[in-house]
Amino acid sequence: MSMPAHAVSAPSTAAPRAIPTEAEIEAKARARIKARRTLVISLRIAILVAVLGIWEIGAETGFIDPFFFASPSGIADQIWIWMTEGTSQGPLWTQILVTLEETVLGFIIGAVGGVVCGILLGRNKLLADVFSIYIKIANSIPRVVLGSIFIIALGLGMPSKVALAVVMVFFVVFANAFQGVREADRAMIANAQILGASPFQITTTVIIPSAMSWILASLHVSFGFALVGAVVGEFLGAKQGVGLLIATAQGAFNANGVFAAMIILAVLALVMEFLITLVENRLVKWRPVPFNEQN
Amino acid sequence: MSLHTLEVARPPLSPAAGFSPAIELENVTRRFLTPDGKSMTALRDFTMTVDRGEFACVVGPTGCGKSTTLNLVTGLARPSAGEVRVMGGPVSGIHEDVGFVFQADALFPWRSVLDNVAAGPIYRGLSKARAYEKARDWIARVGLSRFEKHYPHQLSGGMRKRVALAQTFINEPKILLMDEPFSALDVQTRTLMQNELLDLWSGSGASVVFVTHDLEEAVALADKVYVLTAGPATVKSVYRIDLPRPRVMEEIRYDSAFVEQCRVIWDDLRQEVQIGQQRTLDTGH
Repeated sequence: MSMPAHAVSAPSTAAPRAIPTEAEIEAKARARIKARRTLVISLRIAILVAVLGIWEIGAETGFIDPFFFASPSGIADQIWIWMTEGTSQGPLWTQILVTLEETVLGFIIGAVGGVVCGILLGRNKLLADVFSIYIKIANSIPRVVLGSIFIIALGLGMPSKVALAVVMVFFVVFANAFQGVREADRAMIANAQILGASPFQITTTVIIPSAMSWILASLHVSFGFALVGAVVGEFLGAKQGVGLLIATAQGAFNANGVFAAMIILAVLALVMEFLITLVENRLVKWRPVPFNEQN
Repeated sequence: MSLHTLEVARPPLSPAAGFSPAIELENVTRRFLTPDGKSMTALRDFTMTVDRGEFACVVGPTGCGKSTTLNLVTGLARPSAGEVRVMGGPVSGIHEDVGFVFQADALFPWRSVLDNVAAGPIYRGLSKARAYEKARDWIARVGLSRFEKHYPHQLSGGMRKRVALAQTFINEPKILLMDEPFSALDVQTRTLMQNELLDLWSGSGASVVFVTHDLEEAVALADKVYVLTAGPATVKSVYRIDLPRPRVMEEIRYDSAFVEQCRVIWDDLRQEVQIGQQRTLDTGH
């Protein structure tokens, strides 16, 4: 390696200053990346402050009617009151826990069901051909309407909300799992077959891992759907939960209450999204890191 | 030059060849049904015999049905007519003595090198401890011991092929099928991999069918080269390559016997390539 380099070495008369060293270039690049990150974060904060500020000032001056559109300080007050004094239907934490339980239960049941059915139908052409029409029909039903049926059938308690969350989640996960199974690489399956894998081993060691990216992508979306299912279920009739909180606030023309509950739900969704991303990163650590994610 | 006269005239290669040949395809025809219900013939009256321990290469124009021959031997495809025998018995399902190296990357991207190589033995019911032990040994043989924990995407194309070879050889296949395995590699890496393959093969006693469109690769590697006609493919001629072994890929290409052999076979193959090309231009597919 050193021989040819020696043969073509640059004339030593070149100004040493003109050529920055490797370390200098790296330091410069690092500084640039840091500056950019700072810029992005400060812009984000600036936008948040501007929106909330305009909203608050608008509400103070009467430009925005706080009776209909609430105000940031009113919403903060409302959340504080709920946290310290509890809501009309009991402590705030109970409401959050109830909604969270419905959501998580519905999410797990729907996701597992969707994955199992997706793999089953993806692996079996006959089943897929027979059932695809029914799944299409079921998927075209506006599923929120099923909430009414569930309330009639399962009552005002938790089961009706869980059921609604399940149907919200199931189809999304199913469709992705099915597609993921179908997209599994032919050569990879043939390879496993020739290496000696049984059909069951092919499903567990080739089909499921290769469908995993598809399934995980659907889990991100479908947790939000599960939350919608649970909250809408509570809207339609419940004794507990954040959805009921919203319904109550709406009935009392309490715009601050509606927004406050909304923010609580958003925080819930964000926390869960973060947890799902953690799980995802553990499951698909074999995936290449996207080149230069910063840009 | 007919296959049969060639086979009869030649004494057995090794004591093992006294048994039935490793692979026999007899007057095999294979038709495909296209999705719109049309029938397409990929292989017609195809006859091929590969003895135990023999290295056979199959060359032919692009898209003539070379890969179909391999799928028939694995049992992944059934002949429409004719007979396929592996180790003297008819093919029913995937034979456990068969190993296959694919053209495309067929490694499992979610498994480390070690887990990829250990896959075969584990599928076949070996204990995990034994399988990993064996896998480490094979990874060492292809020179990747320092990359056991890496995932396929972290390796170069040549290294991935080495993993694929180890993954296949660990099952100790008596029949090794290779479908243009090195066609995606750059020329230097390809030469290295060809040497690697000959090394692994010479210690294994396996029979090889190596499909390629690269005539020089075929002549350099093989004991016997089958030239196929433009599709539907059938055997046009068979050439025996008597270059001495062990062969060194970097040097063999300058060997005058090698060059002469290539020239003779190329004269034969060129006509088929032209027919194939003309047909593609005429029919538009």
